[in-house]
Amino acid sequence: MAKIQLNGKKVVIKSNYSILDLLKKYKLADNKVAVEHNGTIVPKTNYKKKHLKNNDKVEIVHFIGGG
Amino acid sequence: MKKDIFKVAGKSLKSRLIVGTGKYKNFSETAKAINASGADMVTVAVRRVNILDKKKPILTDYLNPKKIIFLPNTAGCFNSEEALRTLRLAREMGGWKLVKLEVLGDKKTLYPNMIETIKSTKILVKEGFKVMVYCTDDPLLAKKLEDNGASAIMPLASPIGSGLGLQNKVNISLIIKQSKVPVIVDAGIGTASDATIAMELGCDGVLINSAIANANKPVLMAKAFKDAVISGRNSYLAGRMNKNYFATASSPTKGLI
Repeated sequence: MAKIQLNGKKVVIKSNYSILDLLKKYKLADNKVAVEHNGTIVPKTNYKKKHLKNNDKVEIVHFIGGG
Repeated sequence: MKKDIFKVAGKSLKSRLIVGTGKYKNFSETAKAINASGADMVTVAVRRVNILDKKKPILTDYLNPKKIIFLPNTAGCFNSEEALRTLRLAREMGGWKLVKLEVLGDKKTLYPNMIETIKSTKILVKEGFKVMVYCTDDPLLAKKLEDNGASAIMPLASPIGSGLGLQNKVNISLIIKQSKVPVIVDAGIGTASDATIAMELGCDGVLINSAIANANKPVLMAKAFKDAVISGRNSYLAGRMNKNYFATASSPTKGLI
């Protein structure tokens, strides 16, 4: 198990979870979001190899209505 | 007559009306209003995904970025770092290089912080972004943005969401006359006639959000804006008559009985 901070909220995930696993868990299509891992943007091609560990900070953003 | 094409950052647009996608009652209304507006470019914001509610509908379920150009903005950013972070994330999301930069300076007026705006423009241009820039209506600062590689200058008509319309026609005209990149009046337009006035001055386009979304009937107002922008553009191209202090009869005096 690992405790991470996802979009400002504490979330518990299985150990050795990848970003791709995390997106799947929240049913998010990888082409509709962008991910930041500990302050660095993760290229889409690295979603599978980037694994999460305890205390990591992850931000997942998408487009919403705006002016 | 030469075809009147609106080209911004290398993209040819059919409509000179760009619309925002915020403040609508729901996504279905957003989609209907955008369809009625005839716009081929819409602004969108970048925000955290709601991880607690997986079933909540999302904007891209209703608007297809393959059919309509998404212009990611930095609304809500109050410094260069926040704006850059937002647009870099937007680029990673869908490969967008065309973005709208707005760096705000004051919570009450949402007036742009031009020092941070110019700083951010320089960095983004260097990183290969095509940047359309929300700015004050100061001609000198507008020129500075253009010199630093802005793809479009987007001066405010009046504060964001105020509906006060075009408050400084002289400054907007000065910016239009000096600019070699498109000038798009952004923010503050209240109703369709305001858009016509902006287009008659010679603006290349207008960006509207609140005036459509906050109308009693947003879809009908979107149509009104579509027509208003076309009218204003045609009026500008036609060239208005001169203003005179005294009357000039429209009917000939010869043959009067």
